[in-house]
Amino acid sequence: MDKIVIEHLNLRYPNGTESLKDINLKIPANAISVLFGPAGGGKSSLLRCLNRLNDLTEVETLTGRIFLNGENILDPQTDVIDLRRRVGMVFARPVVLPISIRQNMTYSLELANEKRKSRLDEAVERGLKLAALWDEVKDRLDDPAIALSGGQQQRLCLARALANQPEVILLDEPTSGLDPISTGKVETALQELKKDYTVVLVPHSVQQAARTADHAFFFLQGELVEAAAGTELFTHPQKKQTEDYIQGRFG
Amino acid sequence: MKKSLSWSETIISAVIKTCGYSAIVFVLLIFIFLLREGVPTLAEVSLGNLFSTRWYPIESHFGILPLITGSIIVTLGAMLIAIPFGIGTAVFLSEIAPRWLREILKPLVELLGGLPSVVLGFLGILILSPFLRNIFNLPTGLTALAGALLLGGIAVPTIVSIAEDALDAVPQSYRDAALAIGATKWQTIWRVTLPAARSGVLTALMLGIGRTIGETMAVMMVTGNAPVMAVKLSSIISPVRTMTATIAAEMGEVANGSPYYHVLFFIGLVLFLISLIVNIIASSMVFQSKSRAERILS
Amino acid sequence: MKARTLLDRFMIQRLGISLISLVAFLTIVPIIAVFAYIIGKGAPAISWQFLTAMPESGMRAGGILPAIVGTFYLTIGTAIFSVPLGIAAAIYLAEYASENRLTRLIRIAIINLAGIPSVVYGLFGLGLFVLFLKFGTSILAASLTLSIMTLPVIISASEEALRAVPQAFRTVSISLGGTRWQTIRKIILPQALPGIITGVILGLERAAGETAPILFTGAAFFLPHLPNSPLDATMALPYHLFVISTQVPGMPIQIQYGTALVLIIFVLGMNLIATIIRSRARAKRQW
Repeated sequence: MDKIVIEHLNLRYPNGTESLKDINLKIPANAISVLFGPAGGGKSSLLRCLNRLNDLTEVETLTGRIFLNGENILDPQTDVIDLRRRVGMVFARPVVLPISIRQNMTYSLELANEKRKSRLDEAVERGLKLAALWDEVKDRLDDPAIALSGGQQQRLCLARALANQPEVILLDEPTSGLDPISTGKVETALQELKKDYTVVLVPHSVQQAARTADHAFFFLQGELVEAAAGTELFTHPQKKQTEDYIQGRFG
Repeated sequence: MKKSLSWSETIISAVIKTCGYSAIVFVLLIFIFLLREGVPTLAEVSLGNLFSTRWYPIESHFGILPLITGSIIVTLGAMLIAIPFGIGTAVFLSEIAPRWLREILKPLVELLGGLPSVVLGFLGILILSPFLRNIFNLPTGLTALAGALLLGGIAVPTIVSIAEDALDAVPQSYRDAALAIGATKWQTIWRVTLPAARSGVLTALMLGIGRTIGETMAVMMVTGNAPVMAVKLSSIISPVRTMTATIAAEMGEVANGSPYYHVLFFIGLVLFLISLIVNIIASSMVFQSKSRAERILS
Repeated sequence: MKARTLLDRFMIQRLGISLISLVAFLTIVPIIAVFAYIIGKGAPAISWQFLTAMPESGMRAGGILPAIVGTFYLTIGTAIFSVPLGIAAAIYLAEYASENRLTRLIRIAIINLAGIPSVVYGLFGLGLFVLFLKFGTSILAASLTLSIMTLPVIISASEEALRAVPQAFRTVSISLGGTRWQTIRKIILPQALPGIITGVILGLERAAGETAPILFTGAAFFLPHLPNSPLDATMALPYHLFVISTQVPGMPIQIQYGTALVLIIFVLGMNLIATIIRSRARAKRQW
């Protein structure tokens, strides 16, 4: 079943960078879909369309349709607040809010006016467990989040995005600043997550893409060059550009 | 729940937006009021009278030229003092003094800037003007010079604070590059650092000038309040009257709605327009400096 | 030949640095002298009685309580009007406004408000609040006048404090389903609060020390009792100092210095509080 369907998506920024040209793709549910390719390919822009975070930036043109569960989220009538609760995002650099660990976790629920302590505590534990952080912080939930290490902060960001039980998780190079151990923990967490969530990942290396992808999409300068099941794309790429990039001939 | 969230959001946004425009509203309000009460002057007082050299309202002489020259001479004098001392001290703090000294002295200078001007005027009366009277053997120490010195002292903290920030912001790499090609520290300061900080320093000067033009109490207390044409060199050591002091001193005794009342508002209008022009020039310089910086960095 | 040029350059440098140091010295020393003088001459006048008693014999003896209380009322009055308005305007500029011509106009207006001579504010206050709106010479009229004058300071400082909060926080909050106002209320404003408070205190400190705006709008010299309502006129420290140093014959010098010292302590005390708040907030910051 396809969770997200993108039809003829065209995006252009006023200064011409990172645009998208006629993107058509389908993101299956309960799997890890990987958008990879060299810098400037439009992958981050695409992610930001999926939770309408693009609304925050000046855009010259944006046409096409993006269907989430069959509904076009680019429609002006869309409730973007609700959308962002259903589509969570983890950014490249860990940005913990300047509050405690617990408050970081309950932030999105408080935004939705959730006050019941039981629900809040439940969400805190559930999210932190999913991100494989619970054991490390369960005794100091009220400490400032800034006191955590870089790897822990990024897992907190993942946990925080999961607190509201979204349907889709978007991750934009989530492990780019992290050491291999932390990276491993995040990748393991994603494998667990895909059982109940749809994961869309922009990896920071081809190797990470190959490790994690159930489905892979290769982007080059705003165009979707090739798409296939994970194992297929990395072992038998059809297009020459895809093969060149995977082999490291450019990038 | 969603609906109420968007309702309160809309109301709050509207309130905030209104408050955002308030600055424009107030400037316009002030301008309109000054116009309202000042423009009748042009109907009630002939232009010949208004621009004559005699300010003696009791006998309906409303010549504002002496007041304008009074303001000019005091402001000029203050700038002649404040600019060298202000920039010199800024250069000293930023480029010459050791770090620990700067950490002590800069707050001290800014502390002076926080002093109410009436306190400085007070000291001016008690200490400065008798001092000037003795030194120059004058009939009175309440002169344009006293005003200029005091105003200079008031403008210096503003100039030092902003100019020092501007100099401090010049990247160390500039200085290092100059020293590397053999320039002395002195040459570096005057040929590299100061020019690099030019827009910030100019902003500091403009703000200092603005402060000087608008100063009321200190000048009123020490310049002697004699509305005479201040155009001779000796005027600097004679009593004068500034526009600001005139308004402050005489507004209390004026009948509401009389020509005298309107003339004072007219003077206020003139002061408003002068500060408007100074500020527009200053702000256009700041904007230029920002875009130049962006161009350099990109 | 080369050696001599080198010598000249370093001699110029030696001379120049000495000159600049002298200039700085001549600037700093009078500043220290000013403070030392006022503290030295004013301290003897300060006593509990001076601060809490009403004046006697035409202000030539007794205390300056009404002036202190008056300045206090005016400061609070100014805060009531300028703080909410100023912070809201700053929120607009930092969080809502896009950089277009209208926004530029607002910024120019703020710079202009900051530059208007204080006596022109007094005129405006007289024309609008005292006469046109018929508030009379009152704490209300003076506070309103002072608050418009203080507005640019509060707006600038608050906007700067809001902008200092990292943009990433806003992005994160939005991505978690927050609205703009929720983001401001829950994250941005609390984080910017110390900077805002510092700016507010510095603005109010200036308002407390100003004389010209209150000259015709609310200040009085000879008042038999403390003000009872916002529509009463009031004594105030800066105005009091002005009158007793220029218009009252036979005023004991000690009372003049004492009044000046009290005014300075009031104003600089606020400065000190602002500085303490600023440095403590910087230490506790979680970003």
